[in-house]
Amino acid sequence: MQIPYTVKVRPDTGLYNAKLGIWLFLASEVMLFGGLFSAYILLRSGATSWFVGSEELSVPIGTFNTFVLILSSVTVVMSWASLRMNDLKKYKMYMGLTILLGLVFLVVKVLFEYMPKIEHHHIPSSHNFFAIYFVLTGLHALHVIGGLIVNGYLWGPGSKMWDTDPEQFLNRIEVAGLYWHFVDIIWIFLFPTLYLL
Amino acid sequence: MVDHDQEEPFWRKYIFSVDHKVIGLQYAITAMLFLFFGFCLILIMRWNLAYPGEVVPIVGKLLSEEGMLTPDGYNSFGVMHGTIMIFLGVVPLAVGGFGNYVLPLQLGAPDMAFPKINMFSFWSFFVGGIFMLASFFLPQGPASSGWTMYAPLSVIATTGETVWLFGMVFLITSSLLGSINFIATVIQLRTKGLTWMRLPFFVWGQFVTAFLLLLAFPPLEAAAVLQLMDRLAGSSFFMTSGLYVGGEVLEVAGGGSPLLWQHLFWFLAHPEVYVLILPGMGIVAEVITNNTRKPLWGYRSIVYSVIFLGFMSFVVWAHHMFLTGMGTKMAAFFQTTTMIISIPSVIILSALFISLWGGSIRFNTPMLFALGFLPMFGIGGLTGLPLGLASSDIHLHDTYYVIGHFHYVVAPGTIFALFAGIYYWFPKVTGKRMNEGLGKIHFFGSFICMNGVFSPMFIQGLAGISRRLYDGGASYLHAEPVLQWNEFMTMAALGLGFFQFFFIANLFISLAKGEKVSSNPWKATTLDWAATPTPPLPHVNFENIPEVYRGPYEYSMNGGGNGQKDFTPQHESVKD
Amino acid sequence: MDVTQDLKKEINLYLKVFGALAILTAVTVAVASLKVGIGFAIIIAMVIAVTKGSLVASFFMHLAHEKRLIYLLLVITLVLLLALFFITYGTIGDQVGVEIVS
Repeated sequence: MQIPYTVKVRPDTGLYNAKLGIWLFLASEVMLFGGLFSAYILLRSGATSWFVGSEELSVPIGTFNTFVLILSSVTVVMSWASLRMNDLKKYKMYMGLTILLGLVFLVVKVLFEYMPKIEHHHIPSSHNFFAIYFVLTGLHALHVIGGLIVNGYLWGPGSKMWDTDPEQFLNRIEVAGLYWHFVDIIWIFLFPTLYLL
Repeated sequence: MVDHDQEEPFWRKYIFSVDHKVIGLQYAITAMLFLFFGFCLILIMRWNLAYPGEVVPIVGKLLSEEGMLTPDGYNSFGVMHGTIMIFLGVVPLAVGGFGNYVLPLQLGAPDMAFPKINMFSFWSFFVGGIFMLASFFLPQGPASSGWTMYAPLSVIATTGETVWLFGMVFLITSSLLGSINFIATVIQLRTKGLTWMRLPFFVWGQFVTAFLLLLAFPPLEAAAVLQLMDRLAGSSFFMTSGLYVGGEVLEVAGGGSPLLWQHLFWFLAHPEVYVLILPGMGIVAEVITNNTRKPLWGYRSIVYSVIFLGFMSFVVWAHHMFLTGMGTKMAAFFQTTTMIISIPSVIILSALFISLWGGSIRFNTPMLFALGFLPMFGIGGLTGLPLGLASSDIHLHDTYYVIGHFHYVVAPGTIFALFAGIYYWFPKVTGKRMNEGLGKIHFFGSFICMNGVFSPMFIQGLAGISRRLYDGGASYLHAEPVLQWNEFMTMAALGLGFFQFFFIANLFISLAKGEKVSSNPWKATTLDWAATPTPPLPHVNFENIPEVYRGPYEYSMNGGGNGQKDFTPQHESVKD
Repeated sequence: MDVTQDLKKEINLYLKVFGALAILTAVTVAVASLKVGIGFAIIIAMVIAVTKGSLVASFFMHLAHEKRLIYLLLVITLVLLLALFFITYGTIGDQVGVEIVS
């Protein structure tokens, strides 16, 4: 039994199923992070004392990580463009770079941001500023890890599909890319909210 | 066509199946077991309310050494009754069960858009259910802070609360994946000719419901994470400073807000109540049109109404929070949106009523339940009005009036619609009819008992008896005149339970030796009844993919005189 | 080949967008060090973030050429998101900074 429009687009909507599926998923993720952002707004509005973001968090490190993620968004879209040019080698190079940059982001975050915080006892139970910081960036980091797992699969064993069903594989890369860009966009909002305001 | 029967081992065919029909039945059966369990919980609570401090028969020994329901036990049972009925019973049956089974059939599709994700959805729901059941075996019992889990009580509560939160994460994940599947399926897999305005109203109901689940659940997931952080990591998202527990100051950083939990919770929980009702309205529309042999009156209005309703449901949530001190401007805002949202509900209910006018009504069991739904939902809706108005809500908030209101909508409302659906689609699933005699006894008995259980609650609520009281109000002087209703309601509840045995017996008897029927015994027009053979084969819904030429409810459009049939199925070609 | 030419144009566009994003990131950090009131700071930071997000969405996620259905979905989501933010804030907005003490 074949599900229609898995690979080819449905004429009247112009979409294939997975593309609609991922956008629906991203809409729900907007509401998930939105719930946390609204928590931030309420907590900060109701707080008698709050910390200055740039004093508690390292703006240089945050800026560096922002560049890393934006660059990884470029490399993932380049990996998709490479596949459209039928260049599997270039696809692997760019996807590999994307994964590498994602790992850099995580390592910097854990080693240079989380660990020093924990050492200084700046943890969720000490003040809501750190509590919401850890939850927002932690959930974001979990999403980065999820993306890395998917991207890693598509770079490695999953890439065999290029030989058997190139069109569906291209769709998968596009869908994975959309998710990755979304993770980037969340950070684009997280960074100023937590570090700069 | 490949015969899959020979190829699939038992565990692939019936346990880890990707076939929407198997998954739909898995959801339905699991949900019905949970509904039964949730009902048992409330029977025990109601026994305690009628006869406070007395030993509960049959199950007494399980509850406590003395055989009575303890106050903590009462609170826990209250939480789990609500949680199980909503998240493990009604929604999985209405959406997971009916939605999964019927939707692809009504769309002329071979399956859902994402069959593997569908399977994962079911098992995620199952795991969530296991968590909820497992919490009964914790030393201090399940969660007990009200199904609404308000902070700070829920944050300082026993381990049962943590298990509840983890269970919810699995249930929410299941819902989110399911809603993505439903929306993508409706948009992408409609068969040729099935345009938006030719969709059965059942499909529209499921479609809007899926959007509510997709966009409203995530903030609750966020809130659950925050509450878990408060409980496990000692944060103070919902904890203010200066809290005393047991006479001692609570050592927390403070600075948090219990209202934050309430906002995030109700942002989901209000759309959730529309999730509870919309699939039922969809089922009722199918059954009514089929049994009046007339098209649905005002199809376009109902479709626009349900879309408008879905959108409005996101901006009324704080009518559950009128007493939290939000100020008159915001109260007026929520009161206004709440009044506005009653309009589409009234349009839908009126259209269903008007659809009866001039019809050749067949009073079979599904139709009886569908007809019963109409006034019951009407009462539920009308009793919501004084709750939606901020001033009257001051008196009625958190009283039995609220319990009466929402139970009227869900119990003789949605659950009647679900019964209608089970009796209606049973022949499609099994190829056999359910027994009409047993069905009618089930209906009339349930109808009388439902009203017996829930109508006195309005009286008790207006008298001022609060919710969640272990003794049912006995310690309050103002409750005295209306306390005698407790025993009456308990008797009615036991009666309600008694009449469900006719339904359960009917299911088994009909499965074993029910009257065999053709593929379209109700002579219906929608595509689900065009699927052959009956019962449907694994992985194959239609021998020939249907094409649609007309709207969903073309009953009695062509005269239907001697010998002519009084309905034109959607897929019947114009030339036939 | 036409396809390669179009793709080369696309890739050029991606690099230009990356440049814009890098500049905007630098701007948002620089502006943050200016001494403006919190209200202004929020507005400026959010305007820049929305611009950056829109660039990623429009060009990397191809939203600029995407089908109407996806736009509709995103518009509905954004409306509901803003409802969640502003309506919730509205209920406590008059008590900003007042400590909730039990």
